[in-house]
Amino acid sequence: MITLPRRPRGGVHPENRKAVTRSLSIRNAAVPSRCVVPLLQHAGPAAVPAVRVGDRVREGMLIGRAADSAAANVHAPVPGVVTGTATLTLADERSCEAFVIDLEGEFDRLGKVAEPIDWQRKSVRELLRGIRDNGVVGMSGSGNAVHRKLNLPRAAEINHLIVNGIENEPYLSADNRLMIEMTDGVLEGTRIAERILRPQRVTIALQKDSTQAIRKLRRRIRERGLDYAVRALPVNYPQGDERLLARAISGREVSAERETSEIGVMVSSVATMYAVFEAIVYQKPVIERIVTLSGAALRSPANIKVRIGTPIAELIAECGGFVESPEKIVVGGPMMGHTIIDVSTPVTKLTTAVLALTAAEIHHGAETGCIRCGRCVRACPVGLEPTTLYKMLEHTELEQAQAAGLFDCIECGCCGFICPAHIPLVEGLKNGKLAVRQHGGRM
Amino acid sequence: MSNPEAQRSGSGRPMLARTSAPQYHERLSTRSLMWSVIAALLPAAIWGVYVYGLRALLVVLMAIIASAVTETLISGSRETLSDGSAILTGLLLGMMLPPAVPWYVVIAAAVFAIGVAKWTFGGLGRNWINPALAGRVFVHFSWTGPMTRWTMPRTLGADSIAGATPLSIVQNAVHEGQALLGGPVAILSASGFPRSTLDSAVTEWLNLNVLTHIGVHLPAGYVDPFVGNVPGAIGEGSALLLLVGTLLLFSRRTISWEIPTAYFAAFAGLAWVVGGLPYGGAAFSGDVLFQLVSGSVIMVMFYVATDPVTSPLTAAGMLVFGAGAGALTFVIRAYGGAAEGAALAVLFMNAGTPLINRLTRPRRLGGRRGRRA
Ligand code: SF4
Ligand code: SF4
Repeated sequence: MITLPRRPRGGVHPENRKAVTRSLSIRNAAVPSRCVVPLLQHAGPAAVPAVRVGDRVREGMLIGRAADSAAANVHAPVPGVVTGTATLTLADERSCEAFVIDLEGEFDRLGKVAEPIDWQRKSVRELLRGIRDNGVVGMSGSGNAVHRKLNLPRAAEINHLIVNGIENEPYLSADNRLMIEMTDGVLEGTRIAERILRPQRVTIALQKDSTQAIRKLRRRIRERGLDYAVRALPVNYPQGDERLLARAISGREVSAERETSEIGVMVSSVATMYAVFEAIVYQKPVIERIVTLSGAALRSPANIKVRIGTPIAELIAECGGFVESPEKIVVGGPMMGHTIIDVSTPVTKLTTAVLALTAAEIHHGAETGCIRCGRCVRACPVGLEPTTLYKMLEHTELEQAQAAGLFDCIECGCCGFICPAHIPLVEGLKNGKLAVRQHGGRM
Repeated sequence: MSNPEAQRSGSGRPMLARTSAPQYHERLSTRSLMWSVIAALLPAAIWGVYVYGLRALLVVLMAIIASAVTETLISGSRETLSDGSAILTGLLLGMMLPPAVPWYVVIAAAVFAIGVAKWTFGGLGRNWINPALAGRVFVHFSWTGPMTRWTMPRTLGADSIAGATPLSIVQNAVHEGQALLGGPVAILSASGFPRSTLDSAVTEWLNLNVLTHIGVHLPAGYVDPFVGNVPGAIGEGSALLLLVGTLLLFSRRTISWEIPTAYFAAFAGLAWVVGGLPYGGAAFSGDVLFQLVSGSVIMVMFYVATDPVTSPLTAAGMLVFGAGAGALTFVIRAYGGAAEGAALAVLFMNAGTPLINRLTRPRRLGGRRGRRA
């Protein structure tokens, strides 16, 4: 089937502010003397504790077992002793239990050269099990359990695997560095996913401005004789969204309540592909991730590879602390990320970035009445009228809001970003969804 | 949680704000939008004051002050003033009035604009019709005499009250059946309407140096209305300076292109295709240029029809709205005889905006058109 790629609908063009970190190589953070490891680092329910306070753990040992197939295993990021538990509020505002691990003893992996295994000889079932056991989740923030996503029902067929290297939140450049520095790992992870899904085509999608990564990927693909296409898309936020990217590349649309697999498309991020690679080839669980640290309040922004469970305060110290006091600290990108007020909050598998933003960077403005300018409508990539929805929700017209597409909203932030009246549209819509769920209207 | 000040963490340094995503924002605010429009209008306003004298300045200032005072009194605080919308309404209104209009008409127009058109619906963003336009049309029908007494610009020599604007002279001529002189500009010449030396000089220069190369000849009589050398409303005369202002509006993306473009296409298209008929011409012979530079078309097309509050939300809606306003302007002008065509047309379309919005909902990803229960 021939399908024409489509131009993005809506979207915005925020200043991307990536230049500060884009050319900084990934460096390793110091291993923290104490890790706080939440049992909820994925979509779905929290993992079930697999160790007790007082237990000695090795690096990479299972400490939380996935409660169901939507959840993911959690592993000890460092060797040491479980000295306690804590109840945490995560950056994304969910609450969960966490293990406190004090560093002690020898590392099994750090500083050692691991032997790659020949994954080609493994069965699909074994590969999926390896991904599950090692706690691989959607590493660009979705947190979906990857083994479950890749394990499709027999009838389903994936024609097109799209590897998502868009990374279009402003400031973020960790995925970009990953594609440049760990190109082969990303490609190897993609081959594993390809083996599992057997798609007809594989496309790696990037934004045009990631020129270095595009060149590097194309070169390695050619040299390794792979049959992958690298597509450079025009810059537009939020085309990195799964459904929007599927549309941009395959030309086909899926509505909010359906999965892209229903049109034969699977989208997975480059960071996830890399985690799959490590999980299978080195049998390494997700105990580290790459985090972009940026924002004008930070002395020296960086891309850092850090152990899960490292308190964010230590990352800030790692970057030389603050040059001026930040207005807010954001975990994730500025369009969809959450603020934290407690810098001891730990890094999780979902922490793509930590941004220390100054007042001058955020352009806070006074809220006025809606001037009905339609900017939010034009910006909405899924075709909603945010202003109309917001007004319905203000009047608690929950049913009308649902009929008008409330649950189509992907919370991309475009409408709130662009609104000249500075109306908290996204917050209003999120609260509206909560209200509907509480009224039992819809799950 | 929209206000970071209210959500500060109490302990620990630094003091951090807790806010909901998105965590940063486009450099754009209601206020900056309003002030861009004000800034874009200023060149034309200053020109008006220059050609019509201090009296014009007084009218504009009165309109602004009366709008601001009304806004403050009704809203009960000075806060809504800071968004600039009432100031803009006042300025726009003042610029749409004749220079010699009596003070009470100015006050009445401003009070009607802010008090009735804007605030009976609940203030900024809730009004159906453009307040300045409503104020202007209200006083036009209440005090038609003073509203149609125009001042000669100083650049035409005389400093006296003139009877009529070029457009109304032409409209009257057509209605009295003396239209067979060939076209609006010919009618004007025949009526003894003054023409500046600037007009002849610029026309001649253009013909010699530019237009001859493309085989076009421009008759005299267009330059005066284009630069604003004619009797008219204080700020509507100078199409040239209003167009200069739009450069700011477009470069800062204060207004979108859809409404002016559709307006232009519909209005100019009709003026060209059937606009020549009343003058005894054939189809496709209308004098588009004259229609564009006379009356308040340029002002309305770029500064009034584009009012976000009273125009549709989507690009498609804006195209429909613009085209409707352009076509109606032409129809009202050509067949209703009212020189107020542009203003009335937009008021009409304002009233139709909710309907247009319903008919032009965006298509939701995955197919379905947005429905409202
Ligand atoms: S962008 Fe803001 S002001 Fe404009 S229509 Fe949407 S909610 Fe209203
Ligand atoms: S309504 Fe939802 S999907 Fe649309 S722009 Fe706003 S946040 Fe994004």
